Amino acid sequence: MLRRLGLRTVALGYLVVILLAPLAMVFYRTFESGLEPVWKVLSDPGTVHAFKVTLIATAIAVPLNTVFGILCGLAIVRRRFRGKGLLNAFIDLPLAVSPVVIGLSLYLLYGRTGWFGTWLSEHGFQVLFAMPAIVLATIFVSVPFVAREVIPTLRELGNEQEQAAATLGASRWQRFWRITLPSIRWAVIYGVVLTTARCLGEYGAVAVVSGRIVDKTETATTLVEDLTLNFNTAGAYAVSLVLATIAVLVLVAMTLIRPREGRA
Amino acid sequence: MHAFWQVVSSPEAVAALKLTFGAAFVVVLINILFGTVTAWVLVRDEFPGKSLVNAVIDLPFALPTIVAGLTLLALYGPSSPVGAHVAYTRGAIVLALCFVTLPFVVRTVQPVLLELDTEMEEAARSLGAGSFTVFRRIVLPNILPGILSGAVLALARALGEIGSIIVISGNNPYHTEVASVFIFNQIQSGYPSYAAAVAVVLLGSAFVLLLAVGALRFYYTRHERA
Repeated sequence: MLRRLGLRTVALGYLVVILLAPLAMVFYRTFESGLEPVWKVLSDPGTVHAFKVTLIATAIAVPLNTVFGILCGLAIVRRRFRGKGLLNAFIDLPLAVSPVVIGLSLYLLYGRTGWFGTWLSEHGFQVLFAMPAIVLATIFVSVPFVAREVIPTLRELGNEQEQAAATLGASRWQRFWRITLPSIRWAVIYGVVLTTARCLGEYGAVAVVSGRIVDKTETATTLVEDLTLNFNTAGAYAVSLVLATIAVLVLVAMTLIRPREGRA
Repeated sequence: MHAFWQVVSSPEAVAALKLTFGAAFVVVLINILFGTVTAWVLVRDEFPGKSLVNAVIDLPFALPTIVAGLTLLALYGPSSPVGAHVAYTRGAIVLALCFVTLPFVVRTVQPVLLELDTEMEEAARSLGAGSFTVFRRIVLPNILPGILSGAVLALARALGEIGSIIVISGNNPYHTEVASVFIFNQIQSGYPSYAAAVAVVLLGSAFVLLLAVGALRFYYTRHERA
């Protein structure tokens, strides 16, 4: 009993020191001098614009990666093709590689002397230090999440139901919409929640390619860093608070979805 | 190739890489210890609010890393209310990495422990084995694959982390500048080729770690398939 209490104290103590106490501190620091300074920072046009940029990138990246994740999951679980093992391993790459390295690869490709950058700038497209680069970086870092959730669920599911539907004359499209998708829906939703969290919070890759031009390519996360560097700590805490609140909501969504995913 | 070697062996790059790998290994060891204990407590212990604690574990996955860095700065920075000012030191880097890698080992060990039947442990205890022996001879061999794959994932994450580190480490070359920040600074100062050389080292490590996870998965699931 004593040992059990000891382990519990160690585990909970570690969580408090590393996770909870710092988070609580941010909430405290933000409201230390009242609501007014918080509101002043959050209603600043620069802040509003930064959140807008982040939301646009997220709104483009999440649907794309959801479709891609489902297709990838189906391909990896249901099909046999050359290079399948390779695809399976490479999907995880954005999780293992530093976001800065991902940013650098985009920088080298789309920069003025890059492979694609030269051609694009000749035709009047600016990718680097503009919205397209932010969107590309956001898509890149959030690729794996839907596929990672969908693959194990598809494996567990098997394809007997689909075969039965096929013998009854259902087309491939009908089988997907009526059987496969409803069966994996919680895995998809869970993947979408994780993807959204990652997109909203991406820093490393975006910071490299965005150029961080105020009112143009500044995102919520790069804004937090800039405010910190400019000693506008109250501002940095206020913006962080919004992001942290979103994170807590994501956490709640994850907790609510996970048990259902297990049952489905 | 020559140019690559020249950059990678430059004193600043070497210092950054050494620091990155050193800090990552320390953090992985901390994670193995505390992650396993946390997973054990979450599975075998009962206390009020356990499901809340279970949910909180995923916080580092949901929280933007730059916010993670700022939260640590709020508590362990220059104006620390608990008098623990570790910001702008190597300790701060370890702290930030502990924050962002916390869920990995817990989340890989937890499902294994849940599946593990307590019968074997009870049998061992009835035969006179002490708690430590039971843990070492029965529990540990069973959860080892989980610990290892969690550790590899945490290592990969720790090697590439930037957001949480950049606001708390001070990014002092030769002292608190990690590899990802070195890459970032080289790009910002207009030397993308310098950045690329160090990036290749990180990319190579990421490949090796991905292969390691794949190999672990293959090795431990081949018995199930047979």
